[in-house]
Amino acid sequence: MTAFILRRVLISIPTLIGISLVVFAILELSPSDPTGNLPLTIPPEVREQIRETMGVNDPFLIKYVKWMRQFMINEPLNLIEASTGWSIGNSENRLRYLSWQTRSPVVDLIIERLPQTLWVVGTAYALSIAIAVPVGVLSAYSQYSLFDQVGTFLSMIGFSVPTFFTGLLFIVIFSVELNWFPSIYDTTLVVSDVETFMRQMRQMVMPVTVLTLFYTAQISRYTRSAMLDNLNQDYVRTARAKGLSEQTVVSVHALRNSMIPVVTLIALGIPTVFQGAIITEQIFRINGLGQLLIIAIQGGDLPTVQTLTFIFAVLIVFFNLFADIIYALLDPRIRYS
Amino acid sequence: MKFLSRVIVAALVLTLLGTGATNTSSAQEEDTLNLLWWQAASTVNPYLSGGNKDLEAASLVVEPLARPDPNGELVPYLAADIPTLENGGISEDLTTITWTLRDDIVWSDGTPFTSADVVFTWEYCTNEEFGCAQAQFYEGVVNAEAVDDFTVLVTFDAPRPFPYGPFVGWQSPILQAAQFADCLGTAAQQCTEQNFGPIGTGPFIVEDFRANDVVTYVKNPLYRGADEGKPFFDRAVFKGGGDAESAARAVLESAEADYAWNLQISPQVLSDMEAAGNGQVVVAFASNVERLMLNQTDPSPDNPDRSIWMEDGSNAHPFLSNQTIRQAMSMAIDRSIIAEQLYGAGGVAACNIVNGPPANVSPNNDGCLVQDIEGANALLDEAGILDSDGDGIREYEGTPLVILYQTSTNAVRQSTQALIKQWWTEIGIETELRSIDAAVFFGGDPASPDTYQKFYADVEMFTSGTSGTDAESFMVRWVCGEAPAPDNNWLGRNVPRFCDSAYDELFDVYSETGEPAERSGLVIEMNDILVESYVLIPLVYRGSVSAHGNSIEGVEINGWDAELWNIADWTRAG
Repeated sequence: MTAFILRRVLISIPTLIGISLVVFAILELSPSDPTGNLPLTIPPEVREQIRETMGVNDPFLIKYVKWMRQFMINEPLNLIEASTGWSIGNSENRLRYLSWQTRSPVVDLIIERLPQTLWVVGTAYALSIAIAVPVGVLSAYSQYSLFDQVGTFLSMIGFSVPTFFTGLLFIVIFSVELNWFPSIYDTTLVVSDVETFMRQMRQMVMPVTVLTLFYTAQISRYTRSAMLDNLNQDYVRTARAKGLSEQTVVSVHALRNSMIPVVTLIALGIPTVFQGAIITEQIFRINGLGQLLIIAIQGGDLPTVQTLTFIFAVLIVFFNLFADIIYALLDPRIRYS
Repeated sequence: MKFLSRVIVAALVLTLLGTGATNTSSAQEEDTLNLLWWQAASTVNPYLSGGNKDLEAASLVVEPLARPDPNGELVPYLAADIPTLENGGISEDLTTITWTLRDDIVWSDGTPFTSADVVFTWEYCTNEEFGCAQAQFYEGVVNAEAVDDFTVLVTFDAPRPFPYGPFVGWQSPILQAAQFADCLGTAAQQCTEQNFGPIGTGPFIVEDFRANDVVTYVKNPLYRGADEGKPFFDRAVFKGGGDAESAARAVLESAEADYAWNLQISPQVLSDMEAAGNGQVVVAFASNVERLMLNQTDPSPDNPDRSIWMEDGSNAHPFLSNQTIRQAMSMAIDRSIIAEQLYGAGGVAACNIVNGPPANVSPNNDGCLVQDIEGANALLDEAGILDSDGDGIREYEGTPLVILYQTSTNAVRQSTQALIKQWWTEIGIETELRSIDAAVFFGGDPASPDTYQKFYADVEMFTSGTSGTDAESFMVRWVCGEAPAPDNNWLGRNVPRFCDSAYDELFDVYSETGEPAERSGLVIEMNDILVESYVLIPLVYRGSVSAHGNSIEGVEINGWDAELWNIADWTRAG
């Protein structure tokens, strides 16, 4: 197992280097202009000079090597220094990878935005797993019952109604009409006591519900069909014939086997939690990673787009590996050697 | 059912949260001003700004020597008074301006504000390695020198009839020399801490800045109006993100925010929201005018000198060079319908090219407000421009009046095109419409055939205006020979390729006149020449639409400067 993990980690290094090159090259070729949002009255020479100071006109390879150096060496060193308080080498003058839009280090922007994305999207994801798995199992167990029908109906709604519609609907009902929840998410809120905790909960209710509806629909459908496959298998009949209780048959024998595809789906979905929910974040002004990415794309801020895209690539590679390891734990027949 | 009971418990908790919220979410904390900008601020340093949103965020903190009020009149801020020719602040030869600063101003860190800061700001922006976003305001400044602690002498390279560019207005405020001393040139990019929290003299101090998200400000206790209690809010929050429609909703319907900026949404939707009674829409008019431009050169695809202006007039447009046709095209348009139906609060029908400040507006052209299709037809008939082959299209010297009309892609512009096409059909002119992606149309790429400068069409439409209250940089656009052409990389300013010697003579006089009233008179004369030539057909005078809650008093929206220019005077009623 350890050898397998080690080998997979080693293989992922060239994969990631390849991904970073492709991401860089594609973005380099994209026709975006970081000075495009400046007012029309600003003359072309000034725009050109601004581009020059940002380093927009540097050759591709120089930009790539600069990024590799700053992102792979300087930024991790900074993170270590910040978390431990040590000083490694010449930390004062270490160059950092700057966003074109804000002229501030990209990594700082990302760290600033992680909390709200993880709070909202992460909570929604965890909630939907907690709801979807039991709902899926019960639906499959009592197929075509009223519970199954209602569950199917709700997940169809979750699937087919886009979040920009449910989000707006919630705002109109709960913010405008009833005045229960705020439609503007306060990212500066620090949870320090019961009162601020309640405020945090209140501002999370709408976005989390919108996202939970969306995620639950997907996961519960998956669980249901995986469970249905297994409940009709011979080994389930055997288990029942042995006289095992229904609870043991369902929750130990059938569920464990059904979890294999579901766990893959859930594990591979975790990177999307970090990507944020672009539309939902935009609607509720959560300003997390999804909004950072979309603003960077609109503003032609390539350093931010490149760094974010690459981090997502790392997460996807990592969680693929993670899913493979979980397989082995769930299914003793799978052995990596 | 364990699961079901959990669901019920969860539902109960939600209801509790909800009912608990009823009283608190609508009533904001009294002392916080909530500003909603759907484009978030990326920096608080105006000299690194990527758009007006950043300048607005900075305007609460850093201030210029003087700024224009909503009528375009300069008001001193950090200066003791406005230098003029009369008070000797501007030299007779128009090459220098002497600013006298107020001697009672302190920065928010307690140090005094002096002329050294003003001089430093000039050095900071004009540093060759910097890439200053506001460089145009310091163009032509040869020297800025501190005569004494509170006097600054600015010298220009040539006579400058309107010398209020540098250090005036929200685009070129004063930075603190002590704070930015190590941020000159290329170092400016690395000064994140300074760029995100400049020390200022304004009513607020940046407490926390989150790039592209939110700026939190606290009251500046050392602000010069502090004795009168200014600003009247302890905190201000400048929240970004979302979209214009939901920003309008948050102010006008749910009253969660106090002020929302740039609400470019359907006039119908906006007035419905305003009807909820929680707030009101305010409009800032400056100089932006949506107008048609009629190409005076021949844009036909088979012409080797397509849309290139020739001094001898040889490459003239086959029929748009005829004034009668142009006049008829203008008469056929109902500007009021366009303004009311498509622009709503954000626009009024316009008959002038220069629509502000009030002193510069010509009173002579209001006749265009009434649509006159019959009159237009009669005019064309009289001139002998008739439909001789009976296909519904008139011919001029054998050329049928068929027009290609282009603009950028945008719902309002396409609706305007459709209306105008209909009216022109009624006077026997056939119109083909074309819309081009804004990034391409305004992109200025000399290799693209679709830029507004190349003008490979007969008629095009867009908005622009003066960059400040002074009209000189705007009026220069219609001087002969300023036309975009291959030899200037298609970057010329005279887009319609207009040329009139009377106009050029007036402009020469204008560029040497320093007396404000005389300048205004000349602008009006030049405007009238442009309007009466019908080469430029003004349609709508456009403003920027914002909204504020009913509880906020003192909002005086300003089209010439930051919308938040007088935020120190805002109060919350009740």
